[in-house]
Amino acid sequence: MDTFIKQRIKAVKKGDQSAFADIVEMYKDKIYQLCYRMLGNRHEAEDAAQEAFIRAYVNIHTYDPTMKFSSWLYRIATNLSIDRMRKKKPNVYLDAEVSGTDGLTMYSQLADEGASPEDALESLELQQMVQEAILKLPEKYRTVIVLKYIDELSLQEISDILNLPIGTVKTRIHRGREALRKHLGHL
Amino acid sequence: MPCSEKIVQWMHDYLDGDIQKEEEQQLRSHIQQCEACREHFYALKKTVAFVENVSHFTPSDDFIKKVMYNLPREKRRVRWKRWLTHHPFLTAASLFLLLSTSSLWAVWQEDNEFSFSKQEHLIVQNHTVIVPEGKIVEGDIVVRNGDIKIEGEVHGNVTVINGHKYLASAGEVTGQIEEVNEVFDWIWYNVKRVGYNIAKTLTK
Ligand SMILES: [Zn+2]
Repeated sequence: MDTFIKQRIKAVKKGDQSAFADIVEMYKDKIYQLCYRMLGNRHEAEDAAQEAFIRAYVNIHTYDPTMKFSSWLYRIATNLSIDRMRKKKPNVYLDAEVSGTDGLTMYSQLADEGASPEDALESLELQQMVQEAILKLPEKYRTVIVLKYIDELSLQEISDILNLPIGTVKTRIHRGREALRKHLGHL
Repeated sequence: MPCSEKIVQWMHDYLDGDIQKEEEQQLRSHIQQCEACREHFYALKKTVAFVENVSHFTPSDDFIKKVMYNLPREKRRVRWKRWLTHHPFLTAASLFLLLSTSSLWAVWQEDNEFSFSKQEHLIVQNHTVIVPEGKIVEGDIVVRNGDIKIEGEVHGNVTVINGHKYLASAGEVTGQIEEVNEVFDWIWYNVKRVGYNIAKTLTK
């Protein structure tokens, strides 16, 4: 897989735009997931994830091949999500999410999987509580928690992405975890 | 409340998979004895399980299409290069035809003379062909090794080989307007020209 991506990056650097579609295909779910957990809104996440890929394309010549390509992409998407978080008014997303169609989609998905409506609703509520707890985290904790638990990245990868010492990453994860525990630990 | 900062630190180290054997043993034995720490640890583990199991969503089905559509336009040269590699037979056939009928490369390299299609109304100034304002040129114009400035109208195609085109705001070209400045463009221009002539011969 790595050689495939390397070869695609080379083609993009030479200006072959169609090669970039393979890169998008490979990473779109991960990047979207990251944006969604950072921003808490599907529409905004879609928008941010697209912008992340466009930025990656435009800046592909600045990509340093000694870094993992996925880490470089994550860095772009993380910075972009943080920018957007800062511009956003706090707590608007909560209302939007609850009244939006996302909840319904998730509800029907759960129902399709054969769970009883009660179970589905219960886990739907739980899902929402988890997402809200993540959104309540200050951005520096939210970022590390999302990278670690949503995308299952190692401490080393997170440190590369955020350009922070591992010790700092660890401290932030610990604080983030403690903050989440306050909202979710008693459930 | 857990009884010490040190114990909490070990809990987190454990959750990060980054704890020494000895400390892990101390953590275990402490948790067995101390209810407060046991509860704290349990709450942390539960929290992690919740966050790890949050459902994943996927982007829209046309995500890739939307990204690709919004990318800045790629260089023309690369597009042709891709066309050429994706149509190897056609390319080979056209190139064979071209190379056997004319020495294309030699022409490209040696033909440095300024020349242009003789059409009515055209004015020439220092290797620049001008379509004057208010005038209409009927037919195609090809300019080699020079520029073209279009202030009037051209009813046909405009091709500039090894030069630039300048279209004034009042200027108009009804057909295609094209600059040919590189060898690839030059080959492409000729492939199209040959193809067009073949098609014309066949339909006659
Ligand atoms: Zn204790």
